[in-house]
Amino acid sequence: MPQMTMVQAVNSALREEMRRDDRVVVLGEDVGRNGGVFRCTEGLIDEFPNRVFDTPLSEGGIIGTSIGMALYGLRPVPEIQFQDFIFPAFDQIVNEAAKMRYRSGGQYTVPMTIRTPFGGGIKGGHYHSQSGEAYFCHTPGLKVVVPSNPVDAKGLLLASIRDPDPILFMEPKKLYRAFRQEVPDGDYSVALGQAKVTRAGKDVTLVAWGYMHQVCLDAAEKAKARGWDVEVIDVRTLVPLDEKAILDSVKKTGRLVVAYEAPRTGGFGGEIAAIVAEKAIEYLRGPIVRISGFDTPFPYTLEDVYMPNADRVVRGVEKVMAF
Amino acid sequence: MQDLLQIIGDDGAPDERWEPDLTREQLHALYRHMSLERHLDQRMLSLQRQGRIGFYGPALGQEAVVVGGAFAMRTQDWIFPQYRESGAALLRGMPLRIMIAQFMGNADDPAKGRQMPCHYTWREGRFMSISSVVGPRITQAAGTAWAAKIRGDDTAVLVYFGDGATSTAEFHQGMNFAGVYGAPIVFLCNNNQYAISVPFSRQTAAKSVAVKARAYGFDGHRVDGMDALAVYRAVHDACLKAHEGGGPTLVEALTYRLGPHSSSDDPSRYRPEGELDTWSKRDPLDLMRKYLLHKGLWSPEEETHLTEALEAEISVAIKEAEAAPLPRIETLFEDLYAVTPPNLVEQREDTLKTHREIRRA
Repeated sequence: MPQMTMVQAVNSALREEMRRDDRVVVLGEDVGRNGGVFRCTEGLIDEFPNRVFDTPLSEGGIIGTSIGMALYGLRPVPEIQFQDFIFPAFDQIVNEAAKMRYRSGGQYTVPMTIRTPFGGGIKGGHYHSQSGEAYFCHTPGLKVVVPSNPVDAKGLLLASIRDPDPILFMEPKKLYRAFRQEVPDGDYSVALGQAKVTRAGKDVTLVAWGYMHQVCLDAAEKAKARGWDVEVIDVRTLVPLDEKAILDSVKKTGRLVVAYEAPRTGGFGGEIAAIVAEKAIEYLRGPIVRISGFDTPFPYTLEDVYMPNADRVVRGVEKVMAF
Repeated sequence: MQDLLQIIGDDGAPDERWEPDLTREQLHALYRHMSLERHLDQRMLSLQRQGRIGFYGPALGQEAVVVGGAFAMRTQDWIFPQYRESGAALLRGMPLRIMIAQFMGNADDPAKGRQMPCHYTWREGRFMSISSVVGPRITQAAGTAWAAKIRGDDTAVLVYFGDGATSTAEFHQGMNFAGVYGAPIVFLCNNNQYAISVPFSRQTAAKSVAVKARAYGFDGHRVDGMDALAVYRAVHDACLKAHEGGGPTLVEALTYRLGPHSSSDDPSRYRPEGELDTWSKRDPLDLMRKYLLHKGLWSPEEETHLTEALEAEISVAIKEAEAAPLPRIETLFEDLYAVTPPNLVEQREDTLKTHREIRRA
């Protein structure tokens, strides 16, 4: 099996599905000749010259026309170059794509997968760093998927493109080239709506997605040195959420720390905390702790202070262990 | 084409240079659907006042744009409506009973009462679902037309929007993408002079909507929107151009709301006195009838017969629609996704249990 970065795994998924299904089209800013600013679509235009489109610089136009394509029966995979740029298309995603099946009583559907890199750690400042997943998790009718490694990136992307519903597929750009994995060359998929326990432990449950999942794995290693046995869960699909995987783990450990990059208030980690408080409070042996970004815009110079790291997560573990 | 295409004169005599080549049957069908929309609107406004439907947005005065535009497209073409296009949906085969069930929000509404009245959908007729937000459909329609081109299908798209929608980013996006990719689409602007209360002069400093097409690299035409043949002619030619690979066209139809924006609106608050009378002189139904009479294709007896037939048809449909029950509570949780996820199953079961317990108490 070839060793791939997440960028290569995304590229492999797109190529695989475009070969398999001629309804799949890729469109966005710089995705054609340039292969995308992160090179996720590199070479696709050579193999599929009539199904890969460099578009005008217009996020609303990219998503709006993609919805029109999906209504017609294509399987568009639009790219929003940075998730920070998605908001001109917010109405199209929230009011149109997400509501189409419901408002038409199932007559019309929008099988569209919006790919977009998100998150900090690349010195991108306010507008190349945000983690906006909570805005979209708050939207009935939309699915939100976040891989944390190359194998899942390919498998989840293949499952997303084949899914009959609109999906926001958020790629943690900090992990695009952070490490390689053996990624199967051919066709496989990772089911949506299933979290994964990536490290087993008995003392405390760490829940995270995207780059924060890697941070939690590092934190678990550091916590081990302090004598704490930490379980780590990679959420993978935020909507629909695999509540059972999280609840099963918390029932075992009795402690929960949720880590997310986004501003704390209204973040999706708060939703996970609420679910656990509602459905497993009798198992809890300490407070639920959130380790998150701050309620500020994402900073440039002090990026490392803003972003949760393994030490901050370990402090969260300490807080709940010491309770 | 001239600056403002007008075909039917005030006396009903056509400008033969532009008169479309339609058969007697086609002309009757066009007039019948315009009349149906007029009669339906009047009956529904009355039903709304009686509290039998919650809200209504009539198309009074805009029947020529609505029906003339849709009539010019072929059956394989898609229609993206605004929200005054009941005439177009009925033309595409949506049963009247089902449309009225949508106004009532009951179980016979294909969308299960989820949207307020005038948001009907008819997939079988390639008639798109309606959002209350006026801009997004413009960009989506461009995408659908672009998709048809990518697939090599002989399919075009007609998208309706008002003068207010031309101020949205979506108008720019849709026009721009359609121009860049040569999408087979007809942008039909129903310029009825007002976005609720705000006059056209506050939407743009441009002399017209049509002139904006030039900036996107394609043609824009202005037609008399009270004149069904002028609308038909412009949209028909634009559809033919799309079919021949000529890309998009913008058609601006100058028209007027002879009624309120909706059942919640009072136009006397913002329209100058006399304006309504001026526009009423070219009421699209009167004009079309005069044309048919001028051509010897219509008679007062046929008019009486049509009126009676339409009123009876609407009465029957209202009766049938009113017989339907409310949507089941379960329908709240359906159609979110192809497969209902666990959180929705849980919410559905909780809600049903709560309602059972309340009923028992």
